[in-house]
Amino acid sequence: MAKKIRVLIAKPGLDGHDRGAKVVARALRDAGMEVIYTGLRQTPEDIVEAAIQEDVDAIGLSSLSGAHMALFPEVVKVLKKRGAGDILVVAGGIIPDDDIPKLKKAGIKAVFGPGTPLADIVAFFRSSAK
Amino acid sequence: MKIVEQVLKGDKRAAGKLISMIEDDDAGASEALAAIYPHTGKAHVVGFTGPPGVGKSSLINRLIREFRVRDRKVGVVAVDPTSPFTGGAVLGDRIRMSDTGTDPGVFIRSMATRGHSGGLGLATFDAVKVLDAFGIDLIFVETVGAGQSEIDIASRAHTTAVVQMPQSGDAVQALKAGILEIGDVYVVNKTDLGGADAMSSNLDFMLEERQGWRPPVVQTSALEGKGIKELADAINKHYRYLKGGAGWRRRESDRARKELYESMRRLLAEAYSDETEGITFEETVGAIVARKTDPRTAAKKLLRDLKLPK
Repeated sequence: MAKKIRVLIAKPGLDGHDRGAKVVARALRDAGMEVIYTGLRQTPEDIVEAAIQEDVDAIGLSSLSGAHMALFPEVVKVLKKRGAGDILVVAGGIIPDDDIPKLKKAGIKAVFGPGTPLADIVAFFRSSAK
Repeated sequence: MKIVEQVLKGDKRAAGKLISMIEDDDAGASEALAAIYPHTGKAHVVGFTGPPGVGKSSLINRLIREFRVRDRKVGVVAVDPTSPFTGGAVLGDRIRMSDTGTDPGVFIRSMATRGHSGGLGLATFDAVKVLDAFGIDLIFVETVGAGQSEIDIASRAHTTAVVQMPQSGDAVQALKAGILEIGDVYVVNKTDLGGADAMSSNLDFMLEERQGWRPPVVQTSALEGKGIKELADAINKHYRYLKGGAGWRRRESDRARKELYESMRRLLAEAYSDETEGITFEETVGAIVARKTDPRTAAKKLLRDLKLPK
């Protein structure tokens, strides 16, 4: 049996809109992955703690409220600090084009904005998981 | 083994990785299990079973906080079903426990059944062993909650908590075999919905003492945070009962017996997936179909001639 890919879907900050996160969670499940959804109002530390306990291959961060620059790079920083820098971090939600290169520079491997085909997201996780 | 040493020293990342290693049956998994096994046996393992949606995860969340106040280190292994069609799973128990945040005295691991039937995955109790060796002294195991998962958990946990809610069937439903025989503690959750008193007294009326333990019925509302102290007390009382008599050893033996059988079954399956033995197996199948032998005689012969992998 092929190794199962484990993914954490998280919403840092105060953003309460999680339909997108749930849609992605379902798509990854349908693609044979094990998805842990941590829910709303998580701090970067909460998210990294969960990622470590669950030993996930990747974290998908979702934000629709503009907090991505404040919180997403922080998740990458905390991961490295806790010795878990090998966990892949990707982002989705409402993220202005101008911010995408900044996020990538901060260690976010990919940004999937609205309208990204779910198949593309699935393919990305599949090809980059350990 | 390095990863085992790290786990024993309290390295959380190592513990997370070790659970994956054993669950995925990676190279070194058996060696790792053998290395941590002598360090297990201290933790009190409490299983939670009950229908989906009854509030097991939310109750566990409340209990984590209560036991942290009592200065216990708490672990949770939460099991959810793997889709038989896609092989994937959404592990949605942890979301109810999200307020434990970064508490160093808590470790929550979500696991999928990965095709195993009966409410638990094959590696569920291996994860329990890792948490035990890691230093957690109270481990909650939350089953899938469908079908006969009560049986699975009751034969492995020290304490089995059966969680139910009001308005989900009458007294006759409660009389049906299984539920009333399997629990050490009965919980009527969602008292905020009303009807809990009737359900509790029904249960109380029908539960009997087994080997010196009379299962208590505790009413809780995970939503409102009611009855949690009483539930924690009941769990601790059962622990003292087990430790005070033959109960603890009996549960440990039940689990060891199950795991021994499982390990043997696994070895057999592995042995026959090997090429040469696999051919022998298939040839035997053909001989049975051709009525040259019968399944029992054939099984005896196969076992006698079996060469186990190193």
